Amino acid sequence: MLWLLRGAAGIAASVVLLILLFLAVESWPALRQISAERFLADPSWNPGEGMYNLAPMLSGTLYAAGGALLLATPLGIASALFIAFYAPPHGASIYQHLVELLAGIPSVVYGFWGLTTLVPLINQLHPPGASLLAGILVLTLMILPTVALTAHAALLAVPADYLRGAAALGMSRWGMIQGIVLPSAKMGIVAGIILAAGRAIGETMAVLMVTGNVVQHAASLFNPIRTLAANIALEMPYAMGDHRAALFVSGLVLMLFVMALLGLAAWLGPNRDA
Amino acid sequence: MRGMKIKSAVHYVIFIAALFVVAGWSRPGNAASQKLVLTGASTIAPLAGELARRFESLHPGVRVDVQTGGSARGVYDSRKGTADIGMVSRSLKPEEQDLQAHTIAWDGIGIILHASNPVASLSRQQIIDLYSGKIINWNAVGGRDARVTVVNKAEGRSTLELFLTYAKLKNSDIKSHVVIGDNSQGIKTVAGNPNAIGYVSIGAAEYEAGHGVPIKLMPLDGVAATVANVRNGTFPLSRPLNLVTRTLPEGLALEFIEFARSGQVHDLVEAQYFVPVSVLLH
Repeated sequence: MLWLLRGAAGIAASVVLLILLFLAVESWPALRQISAERFLADPSWNPGEGMYNLAPMLSGTLYAAGGALLLATPLGIASALFIAFYAPPHGASIYQHLVELLAGIPSVVYGFWGLTTLVPLINQLHPPGASLLAGILVLTLMILPTVALTAHAALLAVPADYLRGAAALGMSRWGMIQGIVLPSAKMGIVAGIILAAGRAIGETMAVLMVTGNVVQHAASLFNPIRTLAANIALEMPYAMGDHRAALFVSGLVLMLFVMALLGLAAWLGPNRDA
Repeated sequence: MRGMKIKSAVHYVIFIAALFVVAGWSRPGNAASQKLVLTGASTIAPLAGELARRFESLHPGVRVDVQTGGSARGVYDSRKGTADIGMVSRSLKPEEQDLQAHTIAWDGIGIILHASNPVASLSRQQIIDLYSGKIINWNAVGGRDARVTVVNKAEGRSTLELFLTYAKLKNSDIKSHVVIGDNSQGIKTVAGNPNAIGYVSIGAAEYEAGHGVPIKLMPLDGVAATVANVRNGTFPLSRPLNLVTRTLPEGLALEFIEFARSGQVHDLVEAQYFVPVSVLLH
């Protein structure tokens, strides 16, 4: 049995390493022929004309994921606090189920809703509608349940003794949340946010459908952008040669990005009890 | 207890191994039947899929495998021999003359606007100016006072290449606001934005417009964008849908190509809103 478990764990671990290796091998032709700084310094992303600037897509990915985190974090934590401390027990369980349902909706459905409802709405505000803002809003909806559910789990993990102690000291409910609950649940909440960030960075279909996919640095929320993940999904089926290898480079960059985030989470992990 | 578990693990491994063996045994049976692989243009793939189904029902024991990936892949795979037949939704380029092209149908590309857009026609120059960002407001071409949303195709699509040739533009000249993947995404984008301009396959657009989607097809150089005008050869932005092979086709590939060009599949071609070859006048 032990060997079976070891084998299974070994397979899981080696799959990740193999994926990394595969990405490196596939992007090698591009890395060899196109110098690294060209991925940041070329005039534009036009693989058909031999220009491979990834920088606008890096910024697009960061803006979209960052914006979504800015919105989803306070909303998610607030809804977790609401479920844990304010909602009547029955209402809390209904609300909890709703949030779980939100987590289960497939991303294409969010994208479809965004394309047919959100984008025309934003278009009335400021054309063209397909924009960074639409991407941020759709991503917010998608990662909100991740933040809310992990934050709720972290709140539940706060020892009941702390809460009783706070009650015995006569602290107000908000005083208790602010002074005791949030500080002791902090690491769990942060881990949830990092998890959500990983999802926001990697999300593809929904983002592809609403952000307009124009390769440019966004000057405002209403500018269309293209994320790295959307770039791969959009062009991979039609790419060959250097173009294809350059797409694998963007996949590699994406993977390193998410690994750095996970590394950050792991680095924060040991300080959990501090 | 532990012994039991080891035993069950061993059973498990044997079971998996048995699965592999069975899978391996079933292989030769498949290899005995004939297989035809088609890869390439996403425009042709749905039609090729229908053709393949009918071809298979007429030739028991033959399997036709259709995979998409764009015209460029169709050229690449047929040249390398990975595919028996490549699907290419344009004429072959001068550097691709080593391949044999067999046209199975024609398709037109039409400019689409939102149905509520008052602009009734656009000259070729106006289209070029709209796409290269020289015109940014619809009032410059007789429309309402609103900013233009330019919808362009993603890199590598043959629809894009054909449009660029027509407009005599480079892709980096185009100032697009939305970049889309396939036809349906383009139609949805324009249907959801009263000030958008895009270009898609006429067949697909005519079908969607006929089913209540608020888009309209623009005439090009004074010729209405209809399947009928693609058929009589007057529409300027039309393209052949080709099956390509590395050498003169023979055997199963030849049979399939002849089948795809024959009158017995015209209903399938027309169901995809393409124009069958033999009906074309030029």
